[in-house]
Amino acid sequence: MNEDQKWDIHIKPKIGWFEIDIKELFNYKDLIWLFVKRDFVTFYKQTILGPLWYIIQPLINTIVFTIIFGNLAKISTDGVSPFIFYMSGTVAWSYFASCITLTSNTFSNNAAIFGKVYFPRITVPIANVIISLLQFSIQFTIFIFFLIYFKYNGSLIYPNKYILLLPLIILQMAILGLGFGILISSLTTKYKDLTFVMSFFVQLWMYASPVVYPLSIIPEKYRIIAALNPMTSIIETFRGAFLGVSSIQLTHILISVSFTLLIFFIGLLLFNRIEKSFMDTI
Amino acid sequence: MSIALRIENLSKEYRLGLIGHGTLYRDLQSFWARILNKEDPNTLIGTNKSKVKGKFLALKNINLEINKGEVLGIIGANGAGKSTLLKIISRVTTPSVGSIKASGKISSLLEIGTGFHFELTGRENIFLNGAINGMSKKEVSKKLDEIVDFAGVETFLDTPVKRYSSGMHVRLGFAVAAHLEPDILVVDEVLAVGDAAFQKKAINKMESVSKDSGRTILFVSHNMEAVRKFCTKTMLLKEGKLTNFGDTNEIVNHYLRGFNVQNNSTSEIFYKKDHNKTFQILRMSIMNHKRANTTLIDRKYPFILSFDYKVLKYADSLQANIAITTHGPQNAVQDDTVVLQWSEQHYNKYKFNNQEVKKDKGVYRVEIDVPGYLLNSGTYKFSVALVYGGSNYEVKKDNIIFNLFDSDSSHALKTGRSAGVLGLPLNWKENKLN
Repeated sequence: MNEDQKWDIHIKPKIGWFEIDIKELFNYKDLIWLFVKRDFVTFYKQTILGPLWYIIQPLINTIVFTIIFGNLAKISTDGVSPFIFYMSGTVAWSYFASCITLTSNTFSNNAAIFGKVYFPRITVPIANVIISLLQFSIQFTIFIFFLIYFKYNGSLIYPNKYILLLPLIILQMAILGLGFGILISSLTTKYKDLTFVMSFFVQLWMYASPVVYPLSIIPEKYRIIAALNPMTSIIETFRGAFLGVSSIQLTHILISVSFTLLIFFIGLLLFNRIEKSFMDTI
Repeated sequence: MSIALRIENLSKEYRLGLIGHGTLYRDLQSFWARILNKEDPNTLIGTNKSKVKGKFLALKNINLEINKGEVLGIIGANGAGKSTLLKIISRVTTPSVGSIKASGKISSLLEIGTGFHFELTGRENIFLNGAINGMSKKEVSKKLDEIVDFAGVETFLDTPVKRYSSGMHVRLGFAVAAHLEPDILVVDEVLAVGDAAFQKKAINKMESVSKDSGRTILFVSHNMEAVRKFCTKTMLLKEGKLTNFGDTNEIVNHYLRGFNVQNNSTSEIFYKKDHNKTFQILRMSIMNHKRANTTLIDRKYPFILSFDYKVLKYADSLQANIAITTHGPQNAVQDDTVVLQWSEQHYNKYKFNNQEVKKDKGVYRVEIDVPGYLLNSGTYKFSVALVYGGSNYEVKKDNIIFNLFDSDSSHALKTGRSAGVLGLPLNWKENKLN
């Protein structure tokens, strides 16, 4: 019949590595928001304390870190009051950790629905990153309260103009969390064990990042190695902006950003490949 | 007419044995074994390498073009590849070879209420379900009243779905799906849910969708009556291959015929003579009104049940019974329910008010005419029993299974099959009283 008919959908065995349909994703933007709303509402409805958990969790972490690393191990906090020092690290880290943990389960948690209906799978991880942002903003507000409290009680903290970098820091964490999460979620379709390794791995990664210690305790010549971990520069910049203590250099930031983008693209390409065929392997 | 869907050389292959070992540890183990040239510890016992690489073709080289506005029925036995085909068209999985091109939006209804969240209210779920199926918020808002009305859940709209009855759940799911307005709708046997009234509503809705708005519908079903009523064209899949495509009635009949042969069910059956038996059934058969042996009968016409039996000695209390029973549960009637039973005694009593029957030695042939329209469409069994001295001497059942169908599908299309096993058209006298 007419060969030059225009086709809207073309289903074929494999898609190219770089065939990423941004336009289609845009058509599903309402779905992303509904996923965010669904997760938030159901979390709120199923727990008694609701969003209060978002506050309790970093507070307890901060208190534990203050006691163990500040009072017992007496690790340096660059001269800043330990409580606010650990809190800054915890709040920043927990956004990233939440992005990774939620996102890395994309395929296994949604296998039932993915097996029944098509929509761009990437909507789920994106929604996860946004829902984590809600959690972050609640925790961040608490952090700001404490920051003001400590400042007015004469703590040696100096919030400065780098605070303006906050949106970029959050964006970088979101991209890194999303990228790493979808990378892991793509691999978990083949290697189920990774699910179990993940929580352990996130914990290790936290200790490899300057959350409970400042970058300054690492000898200067090794700092460049620490900077290979993208989270190093993110947390140090965050602290530098709000507390005024940081040993970060521009090179570290550039390394961090490049690694973030690299991980994100690898994750995106792999996810894009896997999402079409994972139903056959899971 | 323009083409809605074009399937080209489509094949789907599943690999046997090799499908992901599942754990990183075992993959490394296999990798290590390969390096050391040892036997892979994860190979299935008793398989060699070539077997491990065995393939299973769920679909084999399917080529098809479907025009816009067509309602395509997809039929075939279990494992014929129907679901695989639907999954590929709904983009849940990818083909191994070949491609599908479609013009317009595809929505699939592989399961009703996919993505419903029990904690969310009916309203929230309508939006979520709509969005999962590719509708924007605005589109759902526009359709909200219609959807709610169709599902009949107005009063429970702001109640969490976990408080819904299963019927409400299904109705809501179908209501959203029915209002999706895709250009191509893929439906998998979802009509098999809900009560009779809702099923009818669902079929009517789908019909109006395809007729009024020229949408293309792909409909997989094991319910041949539904396919006959609903589909303009039908494709038959067998072991992954497209064996027939064309006019629905023709394909469905062909399929049912093949089905009967598969079940060792024939229209005529002979039994070997057994000299130890004083009385014996020798032959059973079913014929249509043209006296052709067939198990596929247009219910509009009468059909003939026939059997032969032998009598080796004079008998005055031998009774030969025939019965028609249902085959498989259908329309609220249980499997193996006797629909009608008749014998020479019954006939004599009715005709001559004398039920005495005496039989001399010999072989007898019986033919019974069953009038047209007596039985509803469905699958039935023909059985014969020889009763002697008050107890069953010989019973032959389950060998002849036959299908009654409605050839008058344009008529059935509007009303649907009535329930029950009887299918006589009755007069309907109705006067307006006030």
